Amino acid sequence: MRIGVKQTEYHVGDIVCLFFLCLQEERLKGGRMHRYDVIIIGAGVIGCAVARELSRYQMKIAVLDKCNDICEGTSKANSGIVHSGFDAKAGSLKAKLNVEGNQMMEQLSKELDFPFRRNGSLAICFHEDERSQLLELLQNGEMNGVQGLRMIEREEIKKMEPHISEEVVAALYAPTGGIVCPFNLTIALAENACSNGVEFKLETEVLTIVKTTNELEKDSYHIETNKGCFASQIVINAAGVYADAIHNMVSQNKINITARKGEYCLLDKMVGNYVDKTIFQLPSKLGKGVLVTPTVHGNLLIGPTAADVEDKEQNNTTGSALAEVIEKAERSVMKLPIRQIITSFSGLRAHLDRNDFIIEEVEDARGFIDLVGIESPGLSCAPAIGKLAAKIVIGIFPAAAKRDFISKRKGIPSMATLSKEEQAEMIKLNPAYANVICRCETVTEGEIMEAIHRPLGATTLDGVKRRTRAGMGRCQAGFCSPKTMEILARELHVKLIDITKCGGKSKLILGKNKEV
Amino acid sequence: MEETMDSYDIVIIGGGPAGLAAAVSAKEKGCNSIMILERDRELGGILNQCIHNGFGLHTFKEELTGPEYAAKFINKIKELNIEYKLNTMVIDLNKNKQITAMNKTEGLFTLQAKTIILAMGCRERSRGALNLPGYRPAGIYSAGTAQHFVNIEGLMPGKEIVILGSGDIGLIMARRMTLEGAVVKVVAEIMPYSGGLKRNIVQCLDDYGIPLKLSHTIIDIDGRDRIKGVTLAKVDEHLKPVPGTQEYISCDTLLLSVGLIPENELSNNMGIQIEPITSGPVVNERLETNLAGVFACGNVLHVHDLVDYVSEEASLAGRNAAKYIEELSEMHVNKVEANPIELIATSGVRYTVPKYIDPSRMDEIQTVRFRVGAVYKDCYIGVYYDDKNVMKRKRKVMAPGEMEEIKIKKQDLLNYPALKNITIRIER
Repeated sequence: MRIGVKQTEYHVGDIVCLFFLCLQEERLKGGRMHRYDVIIIGAGVIGCAVARELSRYQMKIAVLDKCNDICEGTSKANSGIVHSGFDAKAGSLKAKLNVEGNQMMEQLSKELDFPFRRNGSLAICFHEDERSQLLELLQNGEMNGVQGLRMIEREEIKKMEPHISEEVVAALYAPTGGIVCPFNLTIALAENACSNGVEFKLETEVLTIVKTTNELEKDSYHIETNKGCFASQIVINAAGVYADAIHNMVSQNKINITARKGEYCLLDKMVGNYVDKTIFQLPSKLGKGVLVTPTVHGNLLIGPTAADVEDKEQNNTTGSALAEVIEKAERSVMKLPIRQIITSFSGLRAHLDRNDFIIEEVEDARGFIDLVGIESPGLSCAPAIGKLAAKIVIGIFPAAAKRDFISKRKGIPSMATLSKEEQAEMIKLNPAYANVICRCETVTEGEIMEAIHRPLGATTLDGVKRRTRAGMGRCQAGFCSPKTMEILARELHVKLIDITKCGGKSKLILGKNKEV
Repeated sequence: MEETMDSYDIVIIGGGPAGLAAAVSAKEKGCNSIMILERDRELGGILNQCIHNGFGLHTFKEELTGPEYAAKFINKIKELNIEYKLNTMVIDLNKNKQITAMNKTEGLFTLQAKTIILAMGCRERSRGALNLPGYRPAGIYSAGTAQHFVNIEGLMPGKEIVILGSGDIGLIMARRMTLEGAVVKVVAEIMPYSGGLKRNIVQCLDDYGIPLKLSHTIIDIDGRDRIKGVTLAKVDEHLKPVPGTQEYISCDTLLLSVGLIPENELSNNMGIQIEPITSGPVVNERLETNLAGVFACGNVLHVHDLVDYVSEEASLAGRNAAKYIEELSEMHVNKVEANPIELIATSGVRYTVPKYIDPSRMDEIQTVRFRVGAVYKDCYIGVYYDDKNVMKRKRKVMAPGEMEEIKIKKQDLLNYPALKNITIRIER
């Protein structure tokens, strides 16, 4: 009885507290409790993949993200590889979802109109005594169900990749390996989810999550954010490197995610075909090591390094890591054209000590679903994780499928990749498609306007860049940034001076002449 | 599309100083079918944002601002009724001299040219190309982009400035930003000498008390949204940072003036041979590339220090393009010259423009331009016809930031009929 009383006290206390909290919210922000069936925390590739899968069902869904745009965390800075799946340990979630995700990617790329190329991959070794490790990878891959794996010898490797290192001895060839643009993939998923009714709440940072147990709300979660209070029966934790903090708000079984930094260099399209396949070296304990790969847009990418960092916003590059990237990449290929480097960047992987993903309903938090520790091959797994998470949700919250689900999405037309006839057709529809803004990547005013005005449109220079590639070329936005800013200001009806690089305090202009 | 293709004797890619001067001289030489394609909203190229003076001392014997210098040529273009299209981006050039371009009024179109003059200019080397580590916040601009904001838009990229690199645009912007109310804290240059003109060091830095730190570079960039500061370090003779010399400098803006790169992506697509040192096409005495009838001039050929030299060089390209048209109509078969003389740049001379000279086709006097690879004091420019030393000219100071030139006389070369090489070198 006493316990019961105590529980009731907590119960009442919770309600009072929440009532007060929400009342206060209402007063402060003029808001109210925003109620959803499912709330997804994190608008990276995983959050967006889940959102898209769940948008097939009749449920009210919101995606919350603290950033100014989708795809702002781990999803924006990685290798862009769709791994074949030979590497992840047989029997792990990583292995299962990787192979599944890889198989889904092609169909998805057609449905959602983003570029994907199955270029194949090679894991190479430099010594005879490393052959056994390649064989282990082969066996592991076969156990994982990876199709078409085979060992190849030096001669065949040289034929496939004329620039491969002279030291190469043998390789594991995985024809199902592929490349994708992580921005295109994430944005495509998000836009399609959005078209199917999912609401995206950006610049919305989760501060606390409280579970209510009152009769009225039936086990729902109250999520307090800087933009008001949200309530939902199902919460999906897709918060990347912050997924531990989100998890720990509701569970007694605390987890810890380490941000593992990876640095990269990107090379000019002039040398984009320096290799055709994704070239891996033998994996180490810290990951798959430094790769050399073409990107789906035709650049050459080298990286990443792996170093654990304390600060989860510490996505800076360092001289020593960039030197390491170059040194290791130079081992894989001959005469790496490093003079063609056009930029470098770094990303943070969400690493869990157990070395596998957690994709499950949290034991002591019913309705709270963790998608946690999604490091490599997370991008490859994203479509499969989306599907699996949706299955878990439907198990808890049965919902009927929508009849009017829109499975297809059309990407922003890319003048650079269209045929002359198609280009002429676009220009006929809208002459702005003949006004080239970014000369390096041949991105037109029409494409930038489209990027701004479509669902979840770009509001910043980086937003335009990730959707259209304006500013991603060899001059790194030297010529086009003033013009892109002008278009953003014009189309969004804001002052040029208020345009930012990536939201927040990232102002590009600090005043008028003589005024600063 | 082919049936309606417009054709011109000369199509000039780019309406900056090089394209304009080439057009004027081609027209004056008698060519009446010229088209200039310009991507920007007006003719004049980068001169339009160069509102400082110092242009035209050689060409017009007066000191002009960039827009004034450009206006002289633009007026000529209009007087001579030379055709041009603005806001027009060339997206492809091919070996058959077909030019594909587009603009908002005409859409996508193709032109057929008998000759093409490449005059696309250059772009600024970016932070990425330097592989400069650190965060990637807002507030990092190439000096030219900052110049556009300040001089064209009237907007200030920032108020506390650090400049990396002492190229001329960076030096000019140090002064401009100061005049517009910003504080330029330091100009850091990784080399032990400046990459800009001496006069710009004096007039843009010294006169305003802006420190120039030679043999210094940036090794880290701080700030996640907007740049907050940079870490500067001294470098050793291998250009590697010296431990213990780091110094944090707070700033809200970083400008980069770390080199210019000729924009030859279109040239590459049409199969033009590029000289790795200049990143510009390899040309002969007519400034003609390996593709007969395709000429190059201005900063797309090699980066110049003064626009006056661009104009002079572009005039030569324009004249030769017109001459090429004349020869075509006269059915001259004058394409292949058996053994042109090759110019060899060595011992401190980095390259020469042109790379080949055919004495039978050259003007009475040929200007050969080049840059040196380091600072040379009290040295000589030595010129050799094969092994024979024919010129030894004393120079008090030569620096990589300033172009050098020698003149070669046709008459002299005709006296050496078996000549294979002309070597240019720096000598003590």
